[in-house]
Amino acid sequence: MLKFIAKRLLWMIPSLFAVSFLAFVLIQLPPGDYVTTYIATLAASNEIVDQNTAASLRERFGLGDPLMIQYFKWIWGILSRGDFGISFEWQQPVSGLIWERMALTLVLAVASLIATWAIALPIGVYSAVRKYSIGDYMFTAFSFFGLSVPSFLLALVLMYVAAVQFGQNVGGLFSPEYETASWSIAKMFDLMTHLWLPVIILAVSSTASLIRVMRANMLDELPKPYVTTARAKGLSEFRLLIKYPMRIALNPFISTIAWLLPNLISGSVVVAIVLNLPTAAPLLLQALMAQDMYLAGAFVLLICALTLIGSLISDILLALVDPRIRLE
Amino acid sequence: MSDIVPMTPRKPLLDVRNLVTQFPLRTGIFKAVDNLSFTIEAGKTLCVVGESGSGKSVTARSILQIIDSPGEIASGSIMLNTADGLSVDLAKLHPRSKAIRNIRGRDIAMIFQEPMSSLSPVHTVGDQITEVLRLHMKMTKAEARNEAISLLRQVEIPNPEQAIDRYAFQYSGGMRQRAMIAMALACRPKLLIADEPTTALDVTTQAEILDLIARLQKSFGMAVLFITHDMGVVAQIADDVLVMHHGVAKEYGPVEQIFHAPQDPYTRMLIGSVLKLEQKAEIRLARPPLDTSAKPILEVRNLSQHFGTLKALDDVSISLLPGETLGIVGESGSGKTTMGRAIMRLYDPTAGEMLYRKADGSVVDLARLEGAALKEARRELRMVFQDPFGSLNPRMTVAQVIGEPLLVNGIARGKELDERVCHLMEQVGLDPRGRERYPHAFSGGQRQRIGIARAITLKPRIIVADEATSALDVSVRFQVLDLLMKLQDELQLAYIFISHDIGVIRYMCDRVGVMYRGKLVEVGEAEKVCNAPDHPYTQALLSAIPRPDPRDRDRSRRFRYTEPATISSSPIKNGSSAR
Repeated sequence: MLKFIAKRLLWMIPSLFAVSFLAFVLIQLPPGDYVTTYIATLAASNEIVDQNTAASLRERFGLGDPLMIQYFKWIWGILSRGDFGISFEWQQPVSGLIWERMALTLVLAVASLIATWAIALPIGVYSAVRKYSIGDYMFTAFSFFGLSVPSFLLALVLMYVAAVQFGQNVGGLFSPEYETASWSIAKMFDLMTHLWLPVIILAVSSTASLIRVMRANMLDELPKPYVTTARAKGLSEFRLLIKYPMRIALNPFISTIAWLLPNLISGSVVVAIVLNLPTAAPLLLQALMAQDMYLAGAFVLLICALTLIGSLISDILLALVDPRIRLE
Repeated sequence: MSDIVPMTPRKPLLDVRNLVTQFPLRTGIFKAVDNLSFTIEAGKTLCVVGESGSGKSVTARSILQIIDSPGEIASGSIMLNTADGLSVDLAKLHPRSKAIRNIRGRDIAMIFQEPMSSLSPVHTVGDQITEVLRLHMKMTKAEARNEAISLLRQVEIPNPEQAIDRYAFQYSGGMRQRAMIAMALACRPKLLIADEPTTALDVTTQAEILDLIARLQKSFGMAVLFITHDMGVVAQIADDVLVMHHGVAKEYGPVEQIFHAPQDPYTRMLIGSVLKLEQKAEIRLARPPLDTSAKPILEVRNLSQHFGTLKALDDVSISLLPGETLGIVGESGSGKTTMGRAIMRLYDPTAGEMLYRKADGSVVDLARLEGAALKEARRELRMVFQDPFGSLNPRMTVAQVIGEPLLVNGIARGKELDERVCHLMEQVGLDPRGRERYPHAFSGGQRQRIGIARAITLKPRIIVADEATSALDVSVRFQVLDLLMKLQDELQLAYIFISHDIGVIRYMCDRVGVMYRGKLVEVGEAEKVCNAPDHPYTQALLSAIPRPDPRDRDRSRRFRYTEPATISSSPIKNGSSAR
């Protein structure tokens, strides 16, 4: 097992290099660079930038160097001193920008994940055990509703209801007075009052699909002979459901961790923009549009690292919970 | 056990009266068990025997109220009378009530057909045994663990201290069923319900499990309700027998009467079908003897097939004459299926050659053929599979299944294809009007006929039949065997007939090869090998087959073959799952 983990960790190094290089090239591929975008933005507000200024800007950002040199400078900075470069647009170190956003993204993602699983798994089990009951049909209807309604629409409707009917301050994760304030009990409380709206919106769509998956997994397990064996032993229905079929029906969910982690960053872009959430996704989108390559590159690198770590974690967890994988 | 005062006539342990168990369907109500009555005395064995769909499993499940949804007990009573004078009608209890849960596993326990899937794949065997002990006996964790180890020792599992922490898939097939028995007997039940507990096991393992159940039954003084389709097993273990067919009791009485004075024609058919397997088929006896001087159609020379370190086939040599039926018999893991597949060139053999003599007399080595030549040879070698459900694509109509070989080989299409499919279906005894239907609309026997029709589509010369009748009921088995022999005579086929069932081999085959751990230990005339074999392994195999006669219950003649060589056998797992 340890050997397996070590091997996987070693493989991550070349993968990360390859992906980061590819990402770097991809970001550079569209015509122009950050300076052209910058000049275009200034031109839109009737400011003329002469060629000399543009050239000196390029010089300052090192954009004149060949691609390979730029890449190695960037990677060397990361490896030697954890310096992800400077964001052109924000004129700030990339690392500062990312970590600030990542913390809130993590809070939101974990909260919606817990909400999703807490709602979806019991409902999925219920739907499977009481197949074709009224309750099952109701939850099925809800699932298909949740699957088909686009989350940005749900976001707009809920925002409207919260703002107009209840006079709540919506949008963002903080009220204006706390936005720049340092962390305190009051700010935490303020975060909680704002968090529920995006959590509900994000949870609804993923709950819907998760209910269907859990229901299907359970329906596969319920007719298996080992369930009958447990019943013939005299276990109560609830206890045997939890101990046997549910335990096995949950295994496939462990594999989903592999793509849950990268989703932290790139998932829910639309909802985050609609709700004006200070999470990572809108920043990534903005960075890509502005060809802010160090910022975008850092995000892509992070997504890649999280994907690799996620699949390693899910493989390790699977081996831990399923003896068939561990021992065969 | 014996402290019951014999003042009043003793009540039977279980008294089932007029039981009706039904399944509501869209088209009406299906009575799986219809007005069934029987009793089980304490310490005795009742065998419930019948073919698939007879309702014998539903009967067992009705007693414990664990009928699969949407089935339910409609009427009747199931009185459980325990030694302390208490009586309870199990049919009146709610399937989820505490009362029935207290009886399950404590007073009445159950073991099932497939020990692998009946045990949880992700919990240790020990965990599943201690669970019952803690539930019913209110033991502490440590007590339960000690008791579980002692139970595993009683069912003769080696190294129970280590085995308790292993998982079901680390056990061999027989070990798993032993673990199931240990689990069922944990609370010393008054009644053990065994639902086809040996069907998935090899015949030598079956004999051991039957012995084990009999021994524990005696020492615990418990009654056994044994469900099986195998009349041989019934003859060996039953005190009383209940013959079921389509949910109804056909005959019920002491084992002696059932076997030696059967009243019902269905019972006679069941017993007759077992006795039929004790000799060669009449069609075969009537056939003129084979021309043994003919050149063999297939000659396997020193064939080896290794999978990593496993030698599935180890230096096997055998030949097949034109029109001959060659039986390959062996237990699971003996390499008989690998042999069939190797001949079909589904593998690339590790060593050896397979010389196939074509119709024009030229000889090719199947082990070396590639590309078009291999494709051509494969048209003349076809296969019939064991599982009539799994081997037909459920999304193709019967016409598509049967016609596919013609279509992919570009031999026929359109109207001509349709006509040929109809003709093939008639040949195997199916109504061609059903050709647009899907496989699920057919019974097991009919599906196997579809599989045979597919195999003869391309006018092959050799057919490899891998356990072709193992999944079929006895009444259907003979129809399929007789069909295969009829086709053999009509189409001049040579068969390689792979089976674990010596009876079927004896009925059908001209010559037999016996396989043991990848080696061919004995080859000879079917009569000789099946009745008076030379090799000790074949002798052991024959000794383990339950004789269908309750007067012949001598277990002492049974013995297990141990290899004389110094090869050490693997500890617990030796890969003997049935398929």
